[in-house]
Order: sequence, then structure tokens, then C-alpha cells
Amino acid sequence: MSKELIRLQNLCMAYDGETILNNINLYINDKEFLTLLGPSGCGKTTTLRIIGGFTTPVSGDVFFDGARINDVPPHKRQINTVFQKYALFPHLDVYENVAFGLRMQRVPDPNNKRGAKLSNEEIDRRVMEMLESVSLKGFERRRVDALSGGQQQRVAIARALVNRPKVLLLDEPLGALDLKLRKDMQIELKRIQQQVGITFIYVTHDQEEALTMSDTIVIMDKGSIQQIGTPEDIYNEPKNAFVADFIGESNIIDGVMVKDKVVKMYGRLFPCLDGGFAENEPVDVVIRPEDIDIVPVEQGQLTGTVTNVTFKGMQYDIIVDFRGFKWLIQTTDHSPVGSKIGIKIDPDGIHVMKKSEYSGMFGDYSSFSDEYDELNGADGAEGQGDET
Amino acid sequence: MKRKLSLFALPYAVWLALLVVIPLVIMAVYAFTDSDSSAATLENFTDMGVYASVFVRSFRLAAIATLICLLIGYPAAYFMAGEGPGFQRVALALIMLPMWMNFLLRTYSWMSILENNGLLNQLFQKIGLFSLIASVSGQEIESFQMLRTPGAVALGMVYNYLPFMILPIYSVILKLDKNLLEAARDLGANSAQVFLRVILPLSLPGVLSGVTMVFVPSVSTFAISRLLGGGTQMMLGDLIEQQFLGGAYNPHLGAAISMVMMVIVVLCMALMNHFGEGEEQAVML
Repeated sequence: MSKELIRLQNLCMAYDGETILNNINLYINDKEFLTLLGPSGCGKTTTLRIIGGFTTPVSGDVFFDGARINDVPPHKRQINTVFQKYALFPHLDVYENVAFGLRMQRVPDPNNKRGAKLSNEEIDRRVMEMLESVSLKGFERRRVDALSGGQQQRVAIARALVNRPKVLLLDEPLGALDLKLRKDMQIELKRIQQQVGITFIYVTHDQEEALTMSDTIVIMDKGSIQQIGTPEDIYNEPKNAFVADFIGESNIIDGVMVKDKVVKMYGRLFPCLDGGFAENEPVDVVIRPEDIDIVPVEQGQLTGTVTNVTFKGMQYDIIVDFRGFKWLIQTTDHSPVGSKIGIKIDPDGIHVMKKSEYSGMFGDYSSFSDEYDELNGADGAEGQGDET
Repeated sequence: MKRKLSLFALPYAVWLALLVVIPLVIMAVYAFTDSDSSAATLENFTDMGVYASVFVRSFRLAAIATLICLLIGYPAAYFMAGEGPGFQRVALALIMLPMWMNFLLRTYSWMSILENNGLLNQLFQKIGLFSLIASVSGQEIESFQMLRTPGAVALGMVYNYLPFMILPIYSVILKLDKNLLEAARDLGANSAQVFLRVILPLSLPGVLSGVTMVFVPSVSTFAISRLLGGGTQMMLGDLIEQQFLGGAYNPHLGAAISMVMMVIVVLCMALMNHFGEGEEQAVML
């Protein structure tokens, strides 16, 4: 297995008496693509800034390669950053932006205590190599403000990577790009990371971005880590209602764990694969919209009424009312609004979570149809009616 | 003019025509005509040679004052911009405060400070500086000659125009994107390198406008040189004033001198702006 490179130990951060980070413990492996994911204000950027050395934690330690680096200033860390709005130097051209870090570097030299500067040939070779690998050859003498957003983005990445850091920090680097470019850059970033073989620590609030690129996702909320895991783990085995809701779509239902592998919802027993709960412990049950099969009413484990249908291309998003609690179901079969349907859920489609502070806050789609009407106006709603 | 003149710009256009364009034309006409016959001539310009020393002194003193303002003003602006908002408000008020007092009043008060029996010399007397000098060098002096020296004129200019250096630099530094400074540190620059390679080049526009705002009024000042220079440090402003109001009454020559001064100042500014822009684009090494 790859070895540990960065360790955050009991990190706490507060500003003006407001807690921003609450006891963060995290280790990051060498060559890993790790994403800090969470809503704005969850502390993900603060965590990144502490790793970069721009913010000093109130308490707790940062270890890099086994050494405590709390007091090491940013310019002495083997870490480089791609800033949110790129922070390219407006007074320098593309070439000099990329060369900036190299011009600061000193290599050990027996004749000079401060070390020798890199030769101009060395700098030129590395800058041109880097510009080539981010497809910006021919742009050396352009002013950075004459570049498009995507090009500026690539200059920012080149400027950081040319220094051959051990870790690259990326603070929502794709936030300013349009959707198409963002998708391309996601793949591009992953390719670059695998090519240079270093650790990327990526901050985003976009769950899809996190799932696409990461080896490990760290989900944060209110200054605490909610869950750490691979994208699959986090999607399939969310730890609490917050994670389940934040990653993908989820129906979250109150249930009772009758015994191992049996959970009770709506007064009915459902077989599932989870265990290890106390007998009759109240739990949150997550059911992903794509794990629900629509069956004739008489064969259903539950029956409900369709209240809304949205065509999404690959599937229909339908909202079904089960005794006042609305579920989202994604299906390729069309069910008209107002029809009664039965549903069946396989045991592996049911995921049971312990109750948490987030219980009851997420997972109900009651407001879905209202939002839908608002977004589409009255015409959209009528269109739905015509379909039936 | 790219924009269409809106109705609201009209008063200013009238103002501009009446008080800038027409006087400039009148001045040009005066400069190129003879004082007796009113015939077209270049004599006013050729006569100017005798005042070469005044030109040199004016530009030298203005350059010195500008340089001193820059050396004092840049660090002041830099540290001010780095402090908290409360400190900045107080510092700004203190910098502007003298500007709210009458210019002549301020300059007169410097006279009473610098006089031979003024405040400074009295202070030197009290702390025994003169007797110290006497005991060391054997030279008996009663006071330092400070008024009526080039230094006093330069001091007056620095004192009066320093705020015009500090304010533009301060506002440019204040608006610098803090992310750029973090990016530079992230890329391995220490504090000195961050300053030299990022802050300084990016604050050049502020420096340029500060230099302009100090140099131009300095070079044409006349009250400061007359009051603090005591007539011994005649500058272009004094010379021109003499041609219009003083004993050497010759408005034609005065207009010619004004024009030459204007041309030199415009050339200086154009050169500096060109240099500044080049700096911004060029590769900084």
C-alpha cells in the first residue's frame, strides 16, 4: 500500500469565537487523489489553507512525511496550490507566470551558502515542457488577462506543477468554468495527477466532481468530518442522513431495526443486509431512487400514488406518495400521474444508518413538485397533465 | 472622446473651453509675439537662455523633493495598507489634516521654525548643541542657517506635497489581490521576494501618479521658494510671476517660459508613463 504523507491531528480552528474546524483527524496517502467535499462554510477551504500553511490552526498538528510542519511557512513547504480564482500575476506573461516558482528556487551549491539559482536553460526547458503538457505551447508571451478561463486554469496548474511539489492543493479550481469545460478539465486533471504521480488534495462542493475524480472523499459539514471513504463506499454506505443526501439522491425513511437483517418501515418488515444494531433500535433507512422496482399493486411491498413525473432523457423521475411521505423513484417505465403503483426493494437496495443529528432533515421529496412547478411555470405543470 | 456628450457634461465642456483652452491659446499667442510691435517672433524663446540656471534649479529641486516624497511616502503607504481598518482611518485623517489648513499658513509656520532665532535653533541652543560644536571644533556659532537655503525649499515642497504621494500609492496597495501575495509565497518567494516581484511592480501605477502629483506642482511652485528660499532660490514660478506682476514686466517672455516649462513637464510625464507601462508588460528579472 502507498505510504502516509500528510496527517492532520486534532485540528481545531475558530475565528471570532466561531468554530470553523472541530477536531479534524485525517491522514492522506502519497499519490492519492483526495477530495474535501461539503457545502460552503463546512471548513473544507480552511483545512486546505492549513495544509498550505496560509492559516495557523488554533490547536492540533500538521505532519508532513512524519515531521511536524505547523510552523513551516508556505514558501518552505513542498506543497503548491491552484487558487480558486487562479491568482495569476497580471504583470507577467504566461511564460513568466509559470517560471515564477523556478526563479525562486535554490539548489544546493558548495560555493554558495544560499544555494545556486536554476540556470536559465533549466528553467526554459522545464517551463516549455510544462506548457506543452497543458497544451499551451505558443502562448508563452501572451498576457494572462488575454486568456480564456480554461487557459488561465491551465496556466495556474502549470505554474504549480512545474515546481514538482509532492502535494498539489486545488481550491475549487473548476468553479469558474462552464459545464462542458468543467467536465473536460475533470478528466484532464485526473490524467495529469496520474501522469505526475503526486498527491492531489481537491476542494469542491460539487458531489459529481468528487465522485468522478477522487480515490478518497472526505465529506465535511459544520467543521467536522462526516465520512471518509472511496466514492463507492460513500455512495453505497453513507454514514448518516447528511452524507446520504449530499451524495446523490436519497429517500430517507424512519425505520426500526427489528433484528439483524430485518428492518421495519411503514409497519412492514423488509429484509436487508445490515446488522449490528440493538434490537428495535430506531434507524434511518436510505433507499436510492434507482434501487426501487415498480411492480403491480398486488405484488408490491408498499403501494403509493404517483404525484409527479419528469422525463429526464435516460429515465423518468417520478414522485410517489406513500402515506404522506414522498419518495423519488427513477425508472425507465412510464407511470401516469395519479396512478397507484406497487414497489419492491431488494435487500441490497436498503441501507440502514444510525440516527444522527441530521435525522429527519433530509430525504423527503414533498417539496419536489412545488419546486418543479416553480421552475417550469404553469405551462410545465399543464404539460404533465396532458401526458396522462 | 468616445462617449457622446451628455447634457450633464456640458457645463464642464464650457468650463474647459473658457478656462483651459482659450487661456492656452492666448498664452501661445503671447509667447510667439513681440512685446513692442506685437509681430510674430521667436525672440522670447531665444532670450530665455539667461534663465537657464533657474530652469535647472527648478527641475533639480522638484526632482529632489519628489524623490524624498517617494522614499518617505512608499513605506508609509505600504505599512498603512497592512494595518487594521481603525488604524488606517486615523492615519488617513492625520495625513489629510494639514491639507485642510491654509497653504500659506503652513509655509509661514515653517519659516518660524527654521529662522535663525526660530524654534529649531532655540532647541539646538537649549540642548547645548552649539556649545558642543564649539568645544569640539573651536568654532563659535550661534545658529544654523536653515531658512533661505535650497534645503528649506525642498523641505517645504516635501511637507506640502507628501500626501499626494502617499494617497495614490496607498490606494493601489490596498486594492492588491491578497491571493497574489499568497500565490507568490506558495511558489517559494520569501517576504522580500514577494515585495520585489509582486507588490512593487503591481504598485507602480500608484507610484507614477504620486510622482506626477508631486513633481508637477513642485516644479511650478513660487510661494514656497519665495518664503522659505527668501529670494535666494528663484524658481520658474517666481520667474514667471515676475514677468506678469513684478518689476521685470514682460508677459510675452512669461508666456514663453510657461510654455517651455509645460512642454518639458509633459515630456517628462510621457516618458515616465511609457517607462511605467513597459515595466508592467516587460519581463521582470
